[in-house]
Amino acid sequence: MSSVVISDLSLNFGTVEILKSLNLTVDEGEFVVLLGPSGCGKSTLLNCIAGLLDVTKGQIFINDKNVTWEEPKDRGIGMVFQSYALYPQMNVEKNLSFGLRVAGVPKNEIRKRVDRAAEILQIEPLLKRKPVALSGGQRQRVAIGRALVRDVDVYLFDEPLSNLDAKLRTDLRVELKRLHQRLGNTMIYVTHDQIEALTLADRIAVMKDGLIQQFDTPHGIYHKPVNRFVADFIGSPGMNFLSGALKNNDGQWSFIAEGVEIHLNGYEFSRTAQAGQSIELGLRPEHIQLDNAGRRQTINMQVEVEHVEPMGADIMLWTKIAEHNLTVRTDSESKVIVGDRVTISFNPKRASLFDEGGCRL
Amino acid sequence: MSDQQVSVQNIGPNGPKPSRVISLGNVLLYGSLGITALIWLLPLYVMIVTSLKGLPEVRLGNVLSLPIEVTFEPWVKAWDSACTGLNCEGLKMGFWNSVQILVPSTVISIAISSMNGYLLSFWKFKGSEILFTILLFGAFIPYQVMLYPLVIILRELGLFSSLSGIVLIHTMFGMPILTLLFRNYFSSVPEELFKAARVDGAGYWRIYFEIMLPMSLPIFVVAIILQVTGIWNDFLLGVIYAGTINFPMTVQLNNIVNSTQGVKEYNVNMAATLLTAALPLAVYFISGKLFVRGIAAGAVKG
Repeated sequence: MSSVVISDLSLNFGTVEILKSLNLTVDEGEFVVLLGPSGCGKSTLLNCIAGLLDVTKGQIFINDKNVTWEEPKDRGIGMVFQSYALYPQMNVEKNLSFGLRVAGVPKNEIRKRVDRAAEILQIEPLLKRKPVALSGGQRQRVAIGRALVRDVDVYLFDEPLSNLDAKLRTDLRVELKRLHQRLGNTMIYVTHDQIEALTLADRIAVMKDGLIQQFDTPHGIYHKPVNRFVADFIGSPGMNFLSGALKNNDGQWSFIAEGVEIHLNGYEFSRTAQAGQSIELGLRPEHIQLDNAGRRQTINMQVEVEHVEPMGADIMLWTKIAEHNLTVRTDSESKVIVGDRVTISFNPKRASLFDEGGCRL
Repeated sequence: MSDQQVSVQNIGPNGPKPSRVISLGNVLLYGSLGITALIWLLPLYVMIVTSLKGLPEVRLGNVLSLPIEVTFEPWVKAWDSACTGLNCEGLKMGFWNSVQILVPSTVISIAISSMNGYLLSFWKFKGSEILFTILLFGAFIPYQVMLYPLVIILRELGLFSSLSGIVLIHTMFGMPILTLLFRNYFSSVPEELFKAARVDGAGYWRIYFEIMLPMSLPIFVVAIILQVTGIWNDFLLGVIYAGTINFPMTVQLNNIVNSTQGVKEYNVNMAATLLTAALPLAVYFISGKLFVRGIAAGAVKG
């Protein structure tokens, strides 16, 4: 059963189109992340699902009920905001129970639900405190708790970890994942942080300019990006792009650019390609290997190392192929220095080819 | 090597930079501040000492000297029996009139304006920005333009020369600036707080009373101070719209001070003036800190 269905959703602010006939189907119990650069409309989409913005066109279904015109409280959603949005004059307990008191839930039921949420999030000792007396992580926990007590089917998260420091973000990320496993609710999560998206999501919807570019598992998004934007947006450090042309030698495809020929044996084309068409070859830095590691690969090339960037866990090598910058990610133990000539290799299976329009070939 | 480093560090400046207490800058700063304070405090001093002197002592003309014989007679007279025109009942009638005008005007204008500000910040509707601009414009139209039309409007409403009439006028004139004050304050409240409350199911009134109101106390204090001092000090509107029996304290003060009959009782005049000014003065003294905090809170975002 699908939990949230967005059908042909458009939203305009004046003459500016924020969302353009967008479609999305979220399955029950799924953790979906809306990922994209700022201004892509991901938060707007979440606000539309929550009912905080009126849509210009289209429909929204939650649990097979058309909620397009419903008030936020009647949609069966709970929401967590980036700035926590805790009511400053109420203590934690009052913050958690506010929605229930508004809805006129009986007192002992309120107690039960608040206690359960507090237990799940381990905020029992904080119940009598005001938000000012809480740390950032505790505040966000309370904000999550406020969504939990509503006992709904769909939880919406609007960049909930962006205001926290790096360490806390990692901790709370794991906790969120655990929470999802424990509760099994549908969760829709907005972020611009790809690590959050890749680690948390069952499926990621990568958005740009009010449209979903690709809606796929983290593995699919990472390994088989459907277009150049997704390929470029996901991965840090980013994918290398080499522009050139496609060549066909008796059924053997290869990539040609300024005197360099790279065989593409094993590449799985998703569409029929034409010989001679200009293409871009995308290679992730971590899929390129130095000679000692990649003997078995089919392609080997000699390149000169121009910069070396130690990043702790790995080392980034900056080199050039056919006048294009190429970064290679390698083990932090390797003793490469600037000026070395190294042999690099990669498996064409792991590469991505894009046509002139930026679509995957 | 390390010895050398230590010796290098020991020369040169170390720790906080010493500052001279008496420098040209400080002398100028505190000097000019002191002189300005004196200039502003001198009239107050003269008023207080004069109001505590008997008439014979006032006639000696030593304006700055302390009273030889302290007497509270002028204060009692100003409050209880000074003549304003024909009746000699002192300022006390005016005081109660002012209170009667002040309390409803302040309460109603702040209640409406805070609601306006809340509405214009969070429940934007088509044309709400234009409405706000029009309302703001009201703050910049000179009173004189509106005086006569308002006389006619109040007459038609049957409210001219009545308590309700003057309350209505004060409420109206207070609204533009108060709405601006509240709107700016509520604009600085994160919108997500409002969204969270809506997801929690709270409606227009509940969000206002349970969330916005408790967190906007400072701005309410500012609004109260503005209205209390403004309405209390008002003379023009009171003299035009309130009617003779409802004349506020300021109008009665004027009648006492400017009465042309008999002897000029400077001490009584001073006492009457101080009595009239007592309320705004007290408000500022008590709430000065809150006032500044609230103004700063509302002023940041527009």
